Amino acid sequence: MFDFLQGYDLLGAFWVTVQLTVYSAIGSLVWGTLLAAMRVSPVPLMRGFGTAYVNIVRNIPLTVIIVFTSLGLFQTLGVSLGAERFTTINFRLAVLGLTAYTSAFVCEALRSGINTVPLGQVEAARAIGLNFPQVLRLIVLPQAFRSVVGPLANVLIALTKNTTVAAAIGVAEAALLMREMIENEAQLLLISVIFAVGFLCLTLPTGLFLGWVAKKAAVKR
Amino acid sequence: MKDKPTVLYDVPGPRAHRRNLAWSLLFVLVLAAVVWWVVTSLADKNQLEWSKWAPFFTDARVWETYILPALKNTVIAAALAMVIALPLGAFLGILRLSDHRSVRAVAGTVVEFFRAIPVLILMLFANAAYSEFTDISPDTRPLYAVVTGLVLYNASVLAEVVRAGILALPAGQTDAAKAIGMRKGQTMVHVLLPQAVTAMLPALVSQLVVIVKDTALGGAMLGFSELLASVRPMSANYGANTIACFTVVAVIFIVLNFALTTFASRLERRLRRGKKSTGAVVGAEAVEELATPGEHPDTR
Amino acid sequence: MNPLRTSRAVVAAAATVVLSVTSTGLANAATGALRDHRDGDKITIGIKFDQPGIGLKTPDGTYTGFDVDVATYVAKQLGHKPSDIEWKEAKSADRETLLQRGDVDFIAASYSINDKRLEKVDFAGPYLLAHQDVLIRADDDSIKKPSDLNDKKLCSVTGSTSAQNVKDKIAPNAQLQEYGGYSECLTGLENGVIDAVTTDDSILAGYASQPEFKGKFKLGGFKMSNENYGIGVQKGSDLKGEINTALQKMVADGSWDAAVKKNFGPAGYQNEPAPKIGVVVK
Repeated sequence: MFDFLQGYDLLGAFWVTVQLTVYSAIGSLVWGTLLAAMRVSPVPLMRGFGTAYVNIVRNIPLTVIIVFTSLGLFQTLGVSLGAERFTTINFRLAVLGLTAYTSAFVCEALRSGINTVPLGQVEAARAIGLNFPQVLRLIVLPQAFRSVVGPLANVLIALTKNTTVAAAIGVAEAALLMREMIENEAQLLLISVIFAVGFLCLTLPTGLFLGWVAKKAAVKR
Repeated sequence: MKDKPTVLYDVPGPRAHRRNLAWSLLFVLVLAAVVWWVVTSLADKNQLEWSKWAPFFTDARVWETYILPALKNTVIAAALAMVIALPLGAFLGILRLSDHRSVRAVAGTVVEFFRAIPVLILMLFANAAYSEFTDISPDTRPLYAVVTGLVLYNASVLAEVVRAGILALPAGQTDAAKAIGMRKGQTMVHVLLPQAVTAMLPALVSQLVVIVKDTALGGAMLGFSELLASVRPMSANYGANTIACFTVVAVIFIVLNFALTTFASRLERRLRRGKKSTGAVVGAEAVEELATPGEHPDTR
Repeated sequence: MNPLRTSRAVVAAAATVVLSVTSTGLANAATGALRDHRDGDKITIGIKFDQPGIGLKTPDGTYTGFDVDVATYVAKQLGHKPSDIEWKEAKSADRETLLQRGDVDFIAASYSINDKRLEKVDFAGPYLLAHQDVLIRADDDSIKKPSDLNDKKLCSVTGSTSAQNVKDKIAPNAQLQEYGGYSECLTGLENGVIDAVTTDDSILAGYASQPEFKGKFKLGGFKMSNENYGIGVQKGSDLKGEINTALQKMVADGSWDAAVKKNFGPAGYQNEPAPKIGVVVK
């Protein structure tokens, strides 16, 4: 029944999906936090940039962003991200595109988390003479992060699903393999079930685990 | 909410003003450097040549022949997906609130399943299934496949939105309905649903943004002639001006979705202020949360 | 806001959208189902919409290209005025289905004859002998023979057999970038990130013949495969014979040569002589 799987690197494709997810998650956590910091910073210009970035990026289809990393950044601006082979370059470009997109959502999640930190905490911090970066780093963000584990988990799961868009620039992840298999093999239903189950295995446990973490981490008020 | 972040720092005095100014300057410099690099590299590669961009400004036919028909397809696919997914989602959402455990379990499984799978996988499957098992013309098959994928996914997201909308209503509404002797079905149809729909409107509009964005997948991967796919015949006519074409298409997407997002947040603000309604709202932000598998108790 | 009134308005709006969309959909479906093979003077022909020199939808809504010229000539011989032709897009993957369903009367869309396709459809012609080739920058002297493609960066469209062919047989060390369309490949070629775009020489010549690319690109002239373009018709259709007669006439009266010159000429494309009807060059 599963003979047709011969010659296809199913695990390899899902491994690429996992790698795309992990690297993009780390990237968007960093860049998203920076964006959130910009959006609440005392420098008006940075606030403006953060707002503009989030509003633009959230309203473009991810597909457009991903295609643009390849066509615009690589083919036109010559950004190859330090790689030589197309496969590596495309993978890194996809991570970059996914990061650029996902960080807008991370930023918004964090910003709503920042809003849940009680005023008294911040006032107390300022009263003992902490400046803005210190207030953010020592008082606000640690509490904000704890309260947004849930929303961030949702962003992570959405990211896992979004990695399929990397197929648009030929990154050999699960969706690209699925398309290839559908074209060449007859067992459409079986192939679809395999890929559906593959994604269930990636997203459901993540959701359950992080849901549990979210409950543990939440600041009881 | 708007004034709250300012509490993070003191009102800037003269020194803080200077420091902020310095940061602003530095930021502008970095930004300008990036922009300068992009513009010069583009110019270097002849991508800013007027001939590559001129068609969009001087030739109305480009819009009539390629962009507007493609935009129409994007809108049709998005509208169809929304209109079909909404009643389906409402149905699933109400089932999830059923008093019978088995009904809840079945509806819950369906919702969790389709929320956990990438919409592209659903589209690829639908496209292949239609081509293999049905006699739909190749012209319309991509549209069917895109709409099917979007409906399966969004119905399960909307099921959660509907559920959240009903749960967001004050318990007094159900109590009052019971008090005047309404049955469960009557309470749902005459009291809860109408108010939940109003409460959900912002979330629905912002889900529409997600749908519009996802139609582009059909253009890139299934050969659906939507806005993103219009780049192909366009760039084939004007000497492969792909950068210009993609930029124009991206701007149209941004404008369209930005209008929807703005509309959603206006709607939300108006509903929250509303005196006649219960003030229950499922906000635009809640959608991102509801779109992923797992429990979401705090959607209020 | 009155919630009841709002919800009613929403329902009404939704209903309007459903009705308008489904009614247009049904109308389309109806015309599709009723299509007769040769109803009156109308004829439906499948072509490519996005390949300059072959079949291209231009901004004013007309169609140009070699396939279009051939199809127009053939249609005329079959008794259809150019204004009676309805052009339909025939994407590569959809061509057999379009013919089998009877959505089009015939297809001229860089459709090469092969055994796998012959199981499902019939071919008139061939009307052009094309070869797999590469398009390179005009100032690039490093690619003179197919083996020079080793270590080069190739580009083709997703799922194309020609690209895989090069990678497997001719230049195993070559890198392959795949995009949805050739335009993306040409952007890379123009910017120097891609070294060669590979597919049929006719398609490449079509691109290189565009005024925007004058003098920028050249064909390698490698003839890495034989692609016999035929006109696809439904299996067992008697159109095949009539189209063959029309094609022979087109070659005889010089229209064929004129069409080749017009569509591929500016790229310096060395076309093969008009192929003999029914002779497929392996």
